[in-house]
Amino acid sequence: MTNEEPGEVEKNGQEEVEFVLRLYVIGASSNSVRAITNLKDICETYIKGRYSLDIIDVYQQKEIAEAQQLIALPLLIKTFPLPERRLIGDMSDKDRVLRGLGIIV
Amino acid sequence: MAQLNKSLSKTPTGIVGLDEITGGGLPTGRPTLICGAAGCGKTLFSLEFIVKGALDYDEPGVFMAFEEKAEELAINVASLGFDLEALQKDKKIKVDYVHIERSEIEETGEYDLDGLFIRLGYAIDSVKAKRVVLDTIENLFSGLANEAILRAELRRLFHWLKEKGVTAIITGEKGEGFLTRQGLEEYVSDCVILLDHRVINQISTRILRIIKYRGSVHGTNEYPFLIDEEGISVLPITALKLQHPVSSERVSSGVPSLDQMLEGKGFFRGSSILVSGTAGTGKTSIAAYFASETCKRKERCIYFAFEESPQQIIRNMRSIGIDLQQHIDNGYLAFNASRPTLNGLEMHLLTIHKAVRQFKPSSIILDPITNLITIGSVSEVKGMLIRLIDFLQAEQITVMFTALTLNTVVNEQTDEGVSSLVDAWLLVRDIENNGERNRGMYIMKSRGMRHSNQVREFVISDEGLSLVDVYLGPEGVLTGSAREAQQLMEETGIVLRTHAVTRKDREIERKRNVLQSKIESLRAEFESVSDELNKSYVEEELRKEVMHKNREELIKKRHNGNSNEPGGDEPRDTK
Repeated sequence: MTNEEPGEVEKNGQEEVEFVLRLYVIGASSNSVRAITNLKDICETYIKGRYSLDIIDVYQQKEIAEAQQLIALPLLIKTFPLPERRLIGDMSDKDRVLRGLGIIV
Repeated sequence: MAQLNKSLSKTPTGIVGLDEITGGGLPTGRPTLICGAAGCGKTLFSLEFIVKGALDYDEPGVFMAFEEKAEELAINVASLGFDLEALQKDKKIKVDYVHIERSEIEETGEYDLDGLFIRLGYAIDSVKAKRVVLDTIENLFSGLANEAILRAELRRLFHWLKEKGVTAIITGEKGEGFLTRQGLEEYVSDCVILLDHRVINQISTRILRIIKYRGSVHGTNEYPFLIDEEGISVLPITALKLQHPVSSERVSSGVPSLDQMLEGKGFFRGSSILVSGTAGTGKTSIAAYFASETCKRKERCIYFAFEESPQQIIRNMRSIGIDLQQHIDNGYLAFNASRPTLNGLEMHLLTIHKAVRQFKPSSIILDPITNLITIGSVSEVKGMLIRLIDFLQAEQITVMFTALTLNTVVNEQTDEGVSSLVDAWLLVRDIENNGERNRGMYIMKSRGMRHSNQVREFVISDEGLSLVDVYLGPEGVLTGSAREAQQLMEETGIVLRTHAVTRKDREIERKRNVLQSKIESLRAEFESVSDELNKSYVEEELRKEVMHKNREELIKKRHNGNSNEPGGDEPRDTK
C-alpha cells in the first residue's frame, strides 16, 4: 500500500487536474480550526499549486445550510474533478481525506 | 416552585380527538416523541400537527424531513386537502428536506451537527415558527457512523429546542425491545406517544397510546385512530365524564300503538333504543317506520345498513306501506350501506361520526349491530357502541339499533352487551302456538317513563305495523289466528244476540197488534150495544109522543062529537 501511494500521486499529478474545494466551517470552533489546518496541510503536501480552496463560514450565510444540505460540520465538498465528494470531520484522518478527494484510490 | 402557573401550558394539535385525550394538546415548548412501526402514520401525524397549527392556530411551523423530499410530502398531503406549497409561499410553513447518504460521505475525524442546528434555527427564524417536526431524526444514524457524536449532539439538539421554546415533534421508528431503534425516548422525556397498527383477523386497526406525559393528566387507554381523506381522527374510548345534556322532548316511534305503550308519546329525544329479536321478527320494519317518522317531522335521519342494500330496504318497506324514496328525494333521509367486513370497527365508527357531522341528522339507525360481531369481539363491539352512544347523546341524536338474537333461550343476556347501555329496549319475539308463529313485542325497559308491561302482538300487514292487544282467555295468551278466532267468536255472539233481540221485539209487536185489534172489536161491540139501547129509547119516546098525540086527537074529537053525536065518543074509546 505504502509503496503505491506515491505512484498514484505521481499519476494524478501528471494529469494536472485542478481541484476545486469548498470547506464549510463554523466560526472559530475547535473542529473548524483543526479542519482548516489539516486540510491546508494535505493540500500543500499532495496537490500543491493545483487546487482552489474556499472556506465558508456558515454562521455568516445561514441560508447556505439548506441549499448545500449541510448537517455535520466541518464539511469539505470536492466539486471538481468529478464525482463530487463530501467529507466531514476535522480532516485528521489523512488516509480518508486523500481517498475521499481521489488523490489516492 | 418551577410551576407557578400550576398547569402545564399545552399546544393544541388540531387532530380530532387527540386534544381531548391529552387535555389540550402537546406540551408547549417541549419536544414530544412519536414512535411506532413503519406505516403507522407518524409522518402524517406530525405533518397534520404542523399544517393545523399554521391554518387553525396561527402558529407557523418547520417540518424537517429526513425521509421524504418536500415534493413527495406535498403530494402525500395533497390527498388530505392540504396545500403545502401555498402554505410555504405564505411563509406559514417551512419544509426542509435533509438529504443524508452514507455512501456519499467520508468521515475524516471529529465533527458536530452544527450544520443541522444552523439550518433548523434559520428555518425557525424565517417563518417565526412555534412548531417544529423532525421526521425521522434517526435517519441520521444511518447516514453518519459516529454514534457517540450523534448521541451527544442529539442531546444538545433537544436542549436547544427547549431553549428555543418551540413545541416539537420528533418521530422515531419502533425498535426491538425499545420504543425507538436508537433509544430516542432517553432524550425526550416530556411526552411520548406510541402509534401502532394491528391486524387482527385480517382487519387492521390503528391504535394510539400516550405512554408518558410528564406533568399532565392524560388518557392512558389505547385509543383507536383512523387515517382517511381528512387526516387523522382519534376516537376517545369513552368520554371521561357522563355529562350529557338530556332532553325530555318526546319523539314518536312512527307506530301509534307503540307510542301508546310508551305513555302515548314515544321515545325521548337523544335516547338510544335497541330493537332486538330473532330473525324475521320485523326489526328492520320497526326501524324503517322510525326513520320515516323522523323524516315526516322534517328532521334528518341516516340509515346505516350493514345487511341489506338501500334499494332492497326501500323495496321491502314499500310492501308495508312506507315510501322511503320520497324522503331520500326530499333530502331528509340518507342511506349508508356497507358490509361490516369492509372496515375495522373503528373505521365504521369514524364513518358514522363523519356522516353524522356532515348530514346533521336528528336520529340514526344501525341495522343490525349484530353483524359487527363478525369483525370484532363482543367487548370490542361493546366498546365501540359505548363510544357511539356517548357521542350521539352529546349531540342529542336519537339512535335506534337493531340486533339479532341468535338464541331465544338466552336473549335477555346477549345483544352485544349493549342492553344495559341503551335507554329503551324493545324485544320482538316469536310466539309459537297452534302450528303458527306470531310476533309478540315487549318493552323490556324504557328509562324515565311509565311504559306498558304488556306483551302486544305485533302485526305486519300491507297497511303497516300495528300492535294488537293479545287476547287473554281462559287458555292463556292467544295470538294470531287463535286471537282472531276468539275475536270472531265474540263477533258471532254479538250477531246472535242482536238476532234474538229483534225476534223478541217482533213478538211484542205482534202481540200488541193482536191486542189492539181486540180492543177495536170490543169498542165496535160496545158501540153497537149502545146504539141498540139508544134505538129502543128513541122508539119509546116516539111511541109516547104518538100516543100522546093520539089521545089529544081523541079528546079533541070527543069534544066535537058531544055536540053532534054524544054517544059516538064512548064506543071509540072502548076500541
